[in-house]
Amino acid sequence: MSEQSTPIGSTQGKPAPATPLNPRRRGLIIGASAGLGAELARKLAREGYSLALLARGKDKLDALCLEINSQGGNAHSYAHNVTDFDKVPALLQTIVANLGGLDLVIYVASVNNPPGGIDKFNFENDRAMIEVNLIGAMAWLTPVAEMFQSAKAGQIVGISSVAGDRGRVGNPGYNTSKAGLTTYLEALRNRLTRHGVNVLTVKPGFMKTEMLKATSGPTPFAIEPSVAADHILKAMKKRKQVIYTAPIWRWIMLVIQHVPSFIFRRLSF
Amino acid sequence: MSLNLNTTFTQLENFGHSLRASSYRIPIKKTDDIYEAFQLAKKLGLKVTARGTGISYNDASLNGGGIVLDMRGMNQIVEWDPASGVVRCESGVTLEQLWQRVEPAGWWPPVVSGTMKTTLGGCLAANIHGKNNFQAGPIGEHVIEFTAMLPTGALVTCAPRKNADLFYAMISGLGMLGVFTSITLKMKRIFSGLIAVDAWPVPTLSRHLNDLREHAPTHDYIVGWLDAFASGNSLGRGQIHGARQLKEGEDPNPKNTESLSNQQLPDRFFGVVPKSMLHFFMKPLMNNVGMGFVNIGRYLLALRAHTFRQSHDEFHFLLDYAPGWERSFGRGGLIQYQSFVPKETAEDAWREMIQLSQRNNLPSYLGVTKRHRPDKFLLTHGVDGFSLALDFKVTDSNRAKMSTMLQEFDRIALEAGGRFYFAKNSETSAESTRRFLGDAAIAKFKKLKKRCDPQGLLESDLYRRLFT
Repeated sequence: MSEQSTPIGSTQGKPAPATPLNPRRRGLIIGASAGLGAELARKLAREGYSLALLARGKDKLDALCLEINSQGGNAHSYAHNVTDFDKVPALLQTIVANLGGLDLVIYVASVNNPPGGIDKFNFENDRAMIEVNLIGAMAWLTPVAEMFQSAKAGQIVGISSVAGDRGRVGNPGYNTSKAGLTTYLEALRNRLTRHGVNVLTVKPGFMKTEMLKATSGPTPFAIEPSVAADHILKAMKKRKQVIYTAPIWRWIMLVIQHVPSFIFRRLSF
Repeated sequence: MSLNLNTTFTQLENFGHSLRASSYRIPIKKTDDIYEAFQLAKKLGLKVTARGTGISYNDASLNGGGIVLDMRGMNQIVEWDPASGVVRCESGVTLEQLWQRVEPAGWWPPVVSGTMKTTLGGCLAANIHGKNNFQAGPIGEHVIEFTAMLPTGALVTCAPRKNADLFYAMISGLGMLGVFTSITLKMKRIFSGLIAVDAWPVPTLSRHLNDLREHAPTHDYIVGWLDAFASGNSLGRGQIHGARQLKEGEDPNPKNTESLSNQQLPDRFFGVVPKSMLHFFMKPLMNNVGMGFVNIGRYLLALRAHTFRQSHDEFHFLLDYAPGWERSFGRGGLIQYQSFVPKETAEDAWREMIQLSQRNNLPSYLGVTKRHRPDKFLLTHGVDGFSLALDFKVTDSNRAKMSTMLQEFDRIALEAGGRFYFAKNSETSAESTRRFLGDAAIAKFKKLKKRCDPQGLLESDLYRRLFT
């Protein structure tokens, strides 16, 4: 078994046993060390989920697990780089065994490396974004989808972005990675709904996280990640298909999606 | 995702649909398959649990995230000798298969559960009892011999005088020492396909328990229904069914009554409502008010004491009357709380429990009582006393309150010297288990576990809940 599969930073042993009167759902969050992923972890732990938390760096993740476990929650951390595609199936199996099942998977991992100006190009950055934001998601959600389809139950949440709704001048690679993720999640939804599996696509606008610093220019309607996490939890309970957060982005993007190309080509945003 | 050995990742449930856990299911058709599955589990670092038809009310056959051996494929009745009544079966054979094979020749399984869907492997792992527990003991006392595969890969054969320590520990051992492969049982002679049943009302809890005790010796089977809604002086009222097997000659034509066509459960209620639809009609009644009326109605019908004859399967397999009845409990499913309490303390303990449930507005929709005696199996639930099984409906809004109440129930039962049964209660804690089994029994069990399963390969959700 690889070193990544050893649970670290947990202060409690196995999750408390699930019983009919104390049901425990089991969730896996990929990209949980900071921002939205960490907020989702805190809130799901409070709702009684046993959690497996994944991220590249283990220090922040361990601190988060300690925080959750000290408040009566149950979280285990796993250090993992989502571009280690080959390690996913074995790690997933270990996580499912440690959690005692799996009901929910949230793919949050994402990077945003703009090329540095509308006249700049950077293949390395683009490639990193596609690998983390899209191929990493596919590497995880493929075996997860297979499991959930076979179990005829489960919920998948993918954190995409409003950035995937249109290709813009500033960051083609990021737009592409998120457009790809949105389409991939839609396809999963179309495959899995008939098997009783819910797939929720989340399209956040601006969020006050580390990633926001990568964005140049104005950041209207930026919300705290904890607010976005509340939106997402509510949508999960209602088993929704696609949400924007903040919700106003649905209408903003509706307009932007309908801006004709001959105008869009002249815009610098 | 594929693990090989034809595994499928499956969401499995308990009988009451109140628990779910996804596992890798491996179909088992022969003894070698179990060995292969053990090897795979070792390679992958996963835990293993055997599962039959999944009829236990709790997590006994669940193993979330691990491997579940689907034993239903090992379902051959290997040898049946109608002259001696000895039958050798694979462990996936169900009680249904068994009685249907032996009954036409004038035999009946010595101990059966309230449903015929259970597999013999599961029956031994839980060491089931029937309505004749007070005289026949649990099913383990009728096992001549069994063979099981240990996680080490060794096949062991056990009998009361051969590997006796394993015999008395694996029966009642929750499938945590090894996986049963072959089971040899002695059937009980019957002289008619019919059974003579006396039914009479009992107006109070003390009469209820008194009658169970006094009338047990004159019957082969005894079971009580308890109206858990009744309070005050009527608390614990209900109806008792005592049944007696017919003696040789009482039935002038046993061949006729023993034929299978005479043993089929009716498939319609009142000749009109198909049984498969019953849960649909029951659903609107499955609330405190509706079930209060149902229990009152049932008691009024019970007031007339009467005697009648019915077929064996009709008498024994009440739970199979309406397939899918447990679905009428809705989305949260149902749980059953059963306590086995000595005859001296049972009345006070159960009065307290029933009153507590009524004060909490969490009445049990169905109460069932039985008469028991102790046995010498290691993880025994037997007592010289009675058992009371209470069914509760689980909803999102009553979980927390019911959880607190059942912890109180555990306290009451333990203080009364009570015990619990591993196929039923789903909320018992490791601490409660330690208190009723005693440290010595648990230490002995763990020692045997270490011997049979040094790597700790066999683990169910129930084992993790109660023993780790």
